Amino acid sequence: MALLRPTTILLKKELRSEFRTRELLTTTWVFVVTVLVLFSFTFEPTQVESRRFGPGLLWLALLFAGSLMLHPSFAREQVNDTLAALRMAPIDPVAIIASKILANLCFLLVAEVFLLPIFAALYNLSLLPILPQLLLVMLLGTLALATVGTVFSAISSHARMRELLLPLLLLPLLAPALIASTEATRGLLEDPPGLPLEWTGVLLSFDIVFLTVTWLFGEYLLEE
Amino acid sequence: MTTGAKQSSPVGIGVSFQQVEKRYGMRFALRGVSLRIAAGESVGLLGANGSGKSTLMKIAARLIHPSAGKVEFSSSNGSGVGLVAHSTLLYDDLTAEENLMLFARLYDLDCPGERVAQALQSAGLAGRNADLVRGFSRGMRQRLTIARALLPGPGLLLLDEPATGLDAAGQHWLGDTLARLRSQGCTLIMSTHGRSETHAILTRAVRLDAGRVVADSAATGNLQDVLAAALSGPEEV
Repeated sequence: MALLRPTTILLKKELRSEFRTRELLTTTWVFVVTVLVLFSFTFEPTQVESRRFGPGLLWLALLFAGSLMLHPSFAREQVNDTLAALRMAPIDPVAIIASKILANLCFLLVAEVFLLPIFAALYNLSLLPILPQLLLVMLLGTLALATVGTVFSAISSHARMRELLLPLLLLPLLAPALIASTEATRGLLEDPPGLPLEWTGVLLSFDIVFLTVTWLFGEYLLEE
Repeated sequence: MTTGAKQSSPVGIGVSFQQVEKRYGMRFALRGVSLRIAAGESVGLLGANGSGKSTLMKIAARLIHPSAGKVEFSSSNGSGVGLVAHSTLLYDDLTAEENLMLFARLYDLDCPGERVAQALQSAGLAGRNADLVRGFSRGMRQRLTIARALLPGPGLLLLDEPATGLDAAGQHWLGDTLARLRSQGCTLIMSTHGRSETHAILTRAVRLDAGRVVADSAATGNLQDVLAAALSGPEEV
């Protein structure tokens, strides 16, 4: 409860700010759609090629878009040094990180909800029969992206050249989650479709490990 | 101040700095600062830019750790320290009311809506409660910044150049507000490097130079002399 209450209050603040400006959502959505359209027109994949390469293209686009979206997460708090005000409040500092992770997860998921039909249309894939399993993989993969991205957004926000530092830190560390998400999605697009449990397990483990590490060391991430 | 945290009025919090040092790389921001500030004192930190005032404030606010030395508070009340910093500590994309409600909820204040309305009224911003902070003038932002810092009823209030951006009426309001806080026993530590109406509430002046305490009216016994020396000193900007 000590963590839940401030996390909820801060999450509402994050959502209110974003849905008022729609800066991150618009940028991310436009970026991912552009990348997918470019890939589609460049390769003109057949349905077989789409099943094979589509998942990788989708997750790469999401990863690049995520690194764009996650950078302002803590950079926004530096504009008026609002992070200092939050750190002085009598709350668990982990609540600040948790609210950012949840907000970023929410923004990425909203972008993906609008993105999946476009992906299916451009790559001539039928996603409806596998939708529940696909949503599970998207949720686990996006949670990995949001957790690691938010943590490194906090770390890089204190650094010089922070815009360059975040992708440099983020991409190598997210490689296991990216591979697992791609493989799990590819399994779902195969004929017959099936959810690869080993890759889903890797994703789940990745999420659990990084959420636990964030919970244990979150307060140190916010120090100047 | 009429708005306190869960307590009805603030209880002053004393703070003691013992041989505090702060280094940023090879540069010393503070060098062996020792100060004992009793609960209820109103202390002016004076000195030129770069003398270490803001660093000392940040250490007192527990936003940064000293590189050496110790800082002790007479109370460990988590909501007891308020800060008015150089930055506004406000969200530009939220309204004045939303900003204050956010912090009222984070501090778990009783009757947050009532407290926020009262704070906005006191700061002269009641009519602008639904406006985004983005559209506020510098003076209005500063009033809201001060209202935000006062909202939980701090026992120790740290003010870094609080009169910045305030017009004559705003400075008068700030002076009245600080005088009321002082009469209620709140400890005030205020950094300044210019003449201000707020100097009238000071009970002690400490002058910093290059990260060291070079004058303290508690030792010399003459507040006006320390103030005058600091405000007319050759290092003043």
